[in-house]
Amino acid sequence: MMSNRKNSTHHHAKTACHECDLLQVLPVAVTQNVVCCRCGALLHRAPGDQPQTSLALVLATLFVFALANVFPVVGLEVGGVRTATTLLGTVSQLMHQDMLPVAMLVLFTGVLLPGIELLALLYLLLPLTLGRVPHGFPRVMRAIQMLHPWGMVEVFLLGVLVSLVKLAHLAQVHPGIGLWSFFVLIVLLATSASRFDAALLWERYEACRAIR
Amino acid sequence: MPRYPLNSAAARGWWHCHACGLLCRGVDERPGTAAVCPRCGAEVRARKKRSVEYAWAFLLAAIICYLPANLLPIMETVMLSGTQSDTIMSGVVFLWQSGSWPLALVVFIASVLVPLLKILAMLLLLVTVQCRSRWAPRQRTRLYRLLEAIGPWSMLDIYVVALLVSLVQLQSLASIKAGPGAMAFGAVVVLTMLSAMCFDPRLIWDPIEVNDDRQA
Ligand SMILES: [Zn+2]
Ligand SMILES: [Zn+2]
Repeated sequence: MMSNRKNSTHHHAKTACHECDLLQVLPVAVTQNVVCCRCGALLHRAPGDQPQTSLALVLATLFVFALANVFPVVGLEVGGVRTATTLLGTVSQLMHQDMLPVAMLVLFTGVLLPGIELLALLYLLLPLTLGRVPHGFPRVMRAIQMLHPWGMVEVFLLGVLVSLVKLAHLAQVHPGIGLWSFFVLIVLLATSASRFDAALLWERYEACRAIR
Repeated sequence: MPRYPLNSAAARGWWHCHACGLLCRGVDERPGTAAVCPRCGAEVRARKKRSVEYAWAFLLAAIICYLPANLLPIMETVMLSGTQSDTIMSGVVFLWQSGSWPLALVVFIASVLVPLLKILAMLLLLVTVQCRSRWAPRQRTRLYRLLEAIGPWSMLDIYVVALLVSLVQLQSLASIKAGPGAMAFGAVVVLTMLSAMCFDPRLIWDPIEVNDDRQA
């Protein structure tokens, strides 16, 4: 158990596992992921990116996000008739068919929530890199945490691949620029999610607040 | 007053803030009371508020939607030769017969297996927590973690329908409409995700005293 190392020279901080509530001691200077010794939940991430690096990544992700939503994802050609669609195009088509709940589900999980999450990250990281505390920091952090499970860009990409195969029997399909942008987008999103260091941001927030 | 195992943080009056991860001092031992996190100002509780009740409510709603989601057509294809309705299962069968069996497998897992397993796993977790079972807490915690990770993947068919609907609009040749099953299916995905979010995995460990987990 982690508490056995109480006598070592490291500084220790008490923590509770968020999945099994076991009270345990966490070394403060952690360089690797720390997992709960009882249930294996991730208690503390290895130090992730500095705010500057996260900021650069978020800006790149926002750019690709815009590309992925502006350019058509797939096109279809049957006997000279061409159709192409973007993610937002599917939403408006579903609305035309009186499928408002489904349209909203696609709109929110595919476009709005991932977009809002990225903008919220930008809002937090930009002032923090300049050493200032953005207004309403705790609330925005909480919002990011709540929105995160509902962003489903990677599922949408798998959906595009399934549709491509389904339609390949019917007609000629053309993968669009949007599709390639989506590939880049999920790589960027996965990278920033795995390197995002919430604990570091909270430390920065406390440090900046103490100075003021 | 709820009793917590001796090695838990709640037993010593420490509550974990879910918003920022800070360990806060608990205010009151009575259930349902909340403290305010000194760092982020969020409400902090020893256990999630009415976790089991909310999780059951969302789960029952999901089970009710599960039948129409699988029985009603999620897609209607209007062609010259007539109208063809597709349920989730018939979509999988179509993919299988047209030779793309790896994809049929992916769709089967994401749309049929995952929602069903999610519902069964939530049932298992809620029932064992309610009878304060001490059986395999580690495995049940892992099951819960898996549940959270695979949650969004059953949205696959909704996206496929959305894409087909907007691509196949070839006036004279064929057009595809979304069916009522898509609505029910979307509801199942959202409701099972909400149910898993409301569930508090710490409840799995609450009946387990220090001596029980020597081997863990
Ligand atoms: Zn744990
Ligand atoms: Zn907090």
